[in-house]
Amino acid sequence: MTAKIEVVRPGVFATVQDLGRPGLAAIGVGRSGAADRGSLRLANRLVGNPESHAALECVLGGLVLRFPAPATIAVTGAPCSITVGGRAFGSDSPIPVGPGDELVLGMASHGLRCYVAVRGGIDVPPVLGARATDTLGGLGPPVLSSGMTLPVGQEVQAHPGVDLAPRAPLPDVPVLRVGAGPRVSWFTPAALSTLVSSGYVATSDVDRVGVRLGGPALSRARSGELPPEAAVPGALQVPPSGQPILFLADHPVTGGYPVIAVVEEADLDLAAQVRPGQRVRFRLS
Amino acid sequence: MRVLPYGARAAMVDFDDPSEVLGLHASLEQDPPDGVVELVPAARTLLIRFDPGRTHHDRLAGDVLDRSTVDVEPREAAEIVVPVRYDGPDLADVAAAAGMSAEAVVRRHEDGTYVSAFCGFAPGFAYLTGLDPALHLPRRTSPRTRVPAGSVAIAGEYTAVYPNASPGGWQLIGRTTLPVWDVEREPPNLLAPGTRIRFTS
Repeated sequence: MTAKIEVVRPGVFATVQDLGRPGLAAIGVGRSGAADRGSLRLANRLVGNPESHAALECVLGGLVLRFPAPATIAVTGAPCSITVGGRAFGSDSPIPVGPGDELVLGMASHGLRCYVAVRGGIDVPPVLGARATDTLGGLGPPVLSSGMTLPVGQEVQAHPGVDLAPRAPLPDVPVLRVGAGPRVSWFTPAALSTLVSSGYVATSDVDRVGVRLGGPALSRARSGELPPEAAVPGALQVPPSGQPILFLADHPVTGGYPVIAVVEEADLDLAAQVRPGQRVRFRLS
Repeated sequence: MRVLPYGARAAMVDFDDPSEVLGLHASLEQDPPDGVVELVPAARTLLIRFDPGRTHHDRLAGDVLDRSTVDVEPREAAEIVVPVRYDGPDLADVAAAAGMSAEAVVRRHEDGTYVSAFCGFAPGFAYLTGLDPALHLPRRTSPRTRVPAGSVAIAGEYTAVYPNASPGGWQLIGRTTLPVWDVEREPPNLLAPGTRIRFTS
């Protein structure tokens, strides 16, 4: 019989995520998947899962799960307090869970997204080859809610044989490397230097689609409408307000505003941990 | 045709002539340059995502610019007939804005042979080109919060079928029961880029 986990409380917002649905953008389906892919991969490795297994992504912690059967879990991403059966544990470590135990995540002290992997993976039915919830495309399992149960799969690898995966702490002001975007010529020559020389602040509009930033406006050199064109994660799209929007995992497949620059794929995990009100900087790579 | 950088892992081909998008798409699909991982056509552009470990922007740009898109026939795809009930809530407004009767709007919409140019906005939402210029109208000034699945709509130079219920600002002229998107189907989208489409009542 397949083990199940019960969602006692989902916290602010929690979803099932894996590495998403690459290669389907031409039919209007974005990659989606974990916003912080490195943390998802690490959580899976720590419990002896293939990196591609589905786990839980939760915003700012606050998640409570009940495990009817014994399990091995790991929590990565934004640091938060972790208790299992009333005992405290650390992030980035395999954690044994006894039958009937509850996992309680406190509020994240830094960063935005925590990942909870369970040995065997979250085994909800895949949609188009992935178990990720695409919040914009409306694909994959529903957003977690109290009382929901999540099946645990059985496909595993050997235990990794480590107690802890040391990770650098999340920076207070992340520096995200950018390359030129396709519509950089739509902006004044000063706009790109403004982007990389000024600080920006994440507004309260932060979700899996993107981060709306506040800061010096990026001025356009030409006006006019842009027909829809394909976007990639990390794209910095600039609406008429001049305030850039940084696209994350569930970004639209096509966008309608010019993209001035693109955050490097290697820095997207850091970008996914930016919380509302936090400062970010951009640097030309 | 220009090839623009899109970060370290993608390039955007920008066309002066939008009809060349499907041609280059077909050419690159038939004979993909080394390192290409995904092609995403849009209205006047084609995104090429690549593996930076296997190729780089300049090499890809050279390959793309050497190709002739004029001689490439867009991929042969079946013609799909979409049955429509032309009773959309915006039909009267569309007729008034176009200066013709509702019957004439329906006739002109039915008379067109459309080609799916690209998908975007939502899974399976295909932008179909070939709309009669007399029906090129702006979107509604205020988008609806919920457009029912199967709505047949027009906006600008495009017509489309809403695959699922979603918000939307297009002018709704009819509806179809034909599922243009079904995740249980392979492929899930009926109106892949390059497909020809006819609407019939």
